[in-house]
Amino acid sequence: MNVFDLFKRRSSAPVARERLQVLLAYERRNRSQPDLVSILREEIMAVIAKHVQIDQDYLQVSMDRGETMSTLEIDIQIPNKSAVPMAIAG
Amino acid sequence: MGKVVVVTSGKGGVGKTTSTAALGAAVAKTGKKVALVDFDVGLRNLDLIMGAERRVVFDLVNVIQGTAKLSQALIRDKRVDTLFLLPASQTRDKDALTEEGVGEVIDKLRSVFDYVFCDSPAGIERGAQLAMRFADEAVIVTNPEVSSVRDSDRIIGLLDARTMRAEQGEQIAKHVLVTRYDAGRAARGEMLSIDDVLEILSVPLLGIIPESQDVLRASNLGAPVTLSEPLNTAAKAYIDAARRLEGEDLPVVVPFERKGFLDRLLGRRAA
Repeated sequence: MNVFDLFKRRSSAPVARERLQVLLAYERRNRSQPDLVSILREEIMAVIAKHVQIDQDYLQVSMDRGETMSTLEIDIQIPNKSAVPMAIAG
Repeated sequence: MGKVVVVTSGKGGVGKTTSTAALGAAVAKTGKKVALVDFDVGLRNLDLIMGAERRVVFDLVNVIQGTAKLSQALIRDKRVDTLFLLPASQTRDKDALTEEGVGEVIDKLRSVFDYVFCDSPAGIERGAQLAMRFADEAVIVTNPEVSSVRDSDRIIGLLDARTMRAEQGEQIAKHVLVTRYDAGRAARGEMLSIDDVLEILSVPLLGIIPESQDVLRASNLGAPVTLSEPLNTAAKAYIDAARRLEGEDLPVVVPFERKGFLDRLLGRRAA
């Protein structure tokens, strides 16, 4: 390490460039299709609604995008039967 | 038939209006008939940058609604007599513009002028889409900065999907104009380089406008920088960009900063 490196600020442009490239690759792929997460959310909601009555708020769908892999997180809360009347009462 | 050029960006504050005025004036100075159309209904500013704010009587919305003739609404520039401005309305809302009405006005302008520059409002909503709708070419104004580049990419997507030309299966010619470029910061790796911007957007470069106090001064005075101070570097960069827009094959020189010994030693500006 050169002593003058101590005075150098780490350059931020390469980071900016890389972040943009990853982000735009994703945004361009999805530009033509409607929002995937909201489609999934609606369809999951429809499947659940066939069997259990739940409120929209009990279903959380989120997507975490990675460079090589993305994770889809689905969180569904089904209220217990005994809790339902209370929820309605409340 | 004249050429319709939309000046757009997605992001606000990157220099669309300043660039519309500077490019339009530079083209008009070569003797071409040029119309500048402000599409920013409700937030017009092109009149102010052109120094014509006190001469506005009728506007684009009046013409579309038939309360004024196009010839009544066009304001002739006092410095260059082939340069005209069609201001936006300040009072009405954006819904006052209809696609049909805008199409008719653009057709009329196209038949009279060599160049019609459409100054787009920021955003990707209706106003921005109407500004680009009938364009043959697009100048995408971009600052070398992440949010501006991202929004430019969005706008490029819209240009390729929502313009009349795109819908008819034709190409709309696109050019990137990098504004507020700071050579020193780019050299120190603190700002996206021109190569970065071009590689990410993959659209050819129209020009690089250095960050300059002269541009601000020109706005203060109400004169496009290409008319008020044609010899300074930003104005020269605009004039070159205008020549490229007219099809001239002019190489782009990336502005650079001369470094002193100490700067070189420390790899950054000593101050």
